[in-house]
Amino acid sequence: MADIAHSPNSLSPANQTLLRHYRSQVMTRRVYSLISVALVLIALLAAMNYANAANSGKFFERIPYMFDFLKNFVPRDPLEIFRAMFDIESPYYDGSLKFDYTSDRHYITDSLYIPNFIYQLAVTVNIAIVSTIIGGGLAFLLCFFAATNLVGAGAVRWFMRRAMEVMRAFPEIVVAGLLTAVLSIGPIAAIAAISLHTIGALGKLFFEVVENADMKPEEGLRSVGANWLERVRYAIVPQVMPNFVSYTLLRTEINVRASTIIGAVGGGGIGEVFRLSIGRDHAAKTYAIVILLLVTIVAIDQFSGWLRRRLVGNQSFQMGGGAA
Amino acid sequence: MSISLAEKTRLEKKYPEVFKLNFMRRWGLLVGLGVTLLYVIFCWFFFNVGPALQNGKWDRAAIYVQDWYSWRAQPRLRFADGKVTAEWSSRGQYAKGAEIDWLTSHADGTMTATFDSDDRLDVSTRQVDVYLDGVAYPVAITADGAVAPADAPSAIRQDRQKVLVDFGFAGQAEIRGNQVTVQRRFLGWANFLYDPRSPLWGNDLFSTVGLVFSGDRINPAKSNAQLVLDEWLGNRVWQHGDILTKLMQTLVMAFVGTLFATLVAFPFAFIAARNITANKPANWLMKRAFDFLRSIDMLIWALFFTRGFGPGPIPGIAAIFFTDTGALGKVYAEALENVDDKQREGMKSVGASPAAVNRFGVVPQVLPVFVSQSLYFWESNTRSATIIGAVGAGGIGLKLLEAMGTNSDWDKVAYMVLLILMVVFLFDNISNAIRSRLIGPTH
Repeated sequence: MADIAHSPNSLSPANQTLLRHYRSQVMTRRVYSLISVALVLIALLAAMNYANAANSGKFFERIPYMFDFLKNFVPRDPLEIFRAMFDIESPYYDGSLKFDYTSDRHYITDSLYIPNFIYQLAVTVNIAIVSTIIGGGLAFLLCFFAATNLVGAGAVRWFMRRAMEVMRAFPEIVVAGLLTAVLSIGPIAAIAAISLHTIGALGKLFFEVVENADMKPEEGLRSVGANWLERVRYAIVPQVMPNFVSYTLLRTEINVRASTIIGAVGGGGIGEVFRLSIGRDHAAKTYAIVILLLVTIVAIDQFSGWLRRRLVGNQSFQMGGGAA
Repeated sequence: MSISLAEKTRLEKKYPEVFKLNFMRRWGLLVGLGVTLLYVIFCWFFFNVGPALQNGKWDRAAIYVQDWYSWRAQPRLRFADGKVTAEWSSRGQYAKGAEIDWLTSHADGTMTATFDSDDRLDVSTRQVDVYLDGVAYPVAITADGAVAPADAPSAIRQDRQKVLVDFGFAGQAEIRGNQVTVQRRFLGWANFLYDPRSPLWGNDLFSTVGLVFSGDRINPAKSNAQLVLDEWLGNRVWQHGDILTKLMQTLVMAFVGTLFATLVAFPFAFIAARNITANKPANWLMKRAFDFLRSIDMLIWALFFTRGFGPGPIPGIAAIFFTDTGALGKVYAEALENVDDKQREGMKSVGASPAAVNRFGVVPQVLPVFVSQSLYFWESNTRSATIIGAVGAGGIGLKLLEAMGTNSDWDKVAYMVLLILMVVFLFDNISNAIRSRLIGPTH
């Protein structure tokens, strides 16, 4: 806080009292800020110490090995990365899995094939899109029941909101794990897990949009005797649709990442391939997947960003809200 | 009410945009829905959903779900020397020599397993009497297996040489020529407080509280409160101590990762913001660096650092830190580019140094936004730290994955899920409270 006067003697007695109170308040505020910063820093240090103690390798001991790992984790020549990416035979092929790029090709016809990593990437992206469609669709149907301005029954709203919270916070791997135990490993478990989370996350954002909608069109329809369904369809939906679509697109971006991770714990797709290749020290394959994922995620982010800007303008970048 | 033709044409001429919608406005929604439907049908076949659902083990799914909130006692009643004796596996839920109220041995070597007031099994080595709703159905034990009576209801089923009895939720029994495998199901979680090998086994919550406040020590070496805590944390079945430690690791991962990301993204966002740093190459470079960090999946960072540092919370912290530095940097830079210039001009006009201009002209405007965004990321990371842990970055995720892998520890899975839900709700509320103090309640 910048001070307001340097020579308090020139002030009237009443103003001097005012200044004294102001300064004491500023002091209290500063003390409180300092205390909270100190508390956060202490918590941070304690947490870091705890994490270091709990890790199997200690941070400062492992740092040199981290660079060793990077140094040794280099493909034999840069072209290897692209051979791995497009399933082209490697000149270093010695029968080991490390240089075996060709055996996982997905043949469409006798000579035309889809490279394995690109196929797996398609699986992952499709899982994300299908989950967004299912989750977004259900969130769309449910969100109107959680909005204060549309549903009078407090119990319904309360139940809807709690249900959405649970779906949002429920660990995705548990849903995936339970379905994997029933259906055996496959993408359905991943789709179910991500869809469930999407219902919760989008449902919350959706009903907040609905609550901020202009109620005049709804009143107009009510005055000519429209029922609840008609009022929602013709008064609310047209207003909230651009925001809904924008949030759904943002969710698609997040779900691509989520489906990669779920894939790594047993949902299939590129995540699983990546986990295997980095675990087995297959440098070329690993870098090929990293590049593919990077390009895909950047492309999807750019495309959905462009679409969102067209739909609702620049105000659609509330990252945190969408990421939660 | 109808209108004349002239009126109709007049209206149509006056408001052409209402009556002559272009193709996309009129049919766009239907076309979109149709395309989506086609896509979903394509995915149905692409992911082989039909066959996968058909081959699913749905009968087991019911058991797995029941395991979340109930437990099974599974003794084997073996026939030996004309007597029936109960045998428990190493995972048995009863201490040695404990009285079991639903399983009683009689002096003549027979045993009774009670399932309900009208449902029970009277087991002897020659014959097993199955009581269903008070009616007895004798199952004969012969040299080549068990034989169900001819008038048995559908709950008693002959399967080759064995007879299967279904008591519904209360359990089931499998009668063979040399043994009866009983499965008795109870609501709740077995041995949640103490495992059967603990000296405190058999105490419930109330008697535990009584123990803590009663004077006489069970173990002379330590106080009762200490003993209760040690025995509870050291529960070999539920592993409370281990689970709570892992949960703590997950929370630490989210907290340290987000806080570090905030601290690093804060100064760099000033470099990335066009209006703060008037250096185009620096802006561009910083923004691309943020994009790069953000676009590499959290999974990739996690697996990468797991290779480097070994499993534990450090790879998790590093993964969250790297992705979120990118994401927070981007959000912060955008917030900085939207600040009101008047306050900066005011500071400049009185001759303040660049640092002072930013400190008093910019930071007060953006700080609430920054803190609220960081809190959002903290909330979200508390959730994602679980799953990051499952790929090897430590924490409760790995524990969950292990428990699910056995297919018989679903009660432990439920326990961990409950803990995670509680922690997530708690943190949501804390972060909401801080946020609404900073920027006023959102709704």
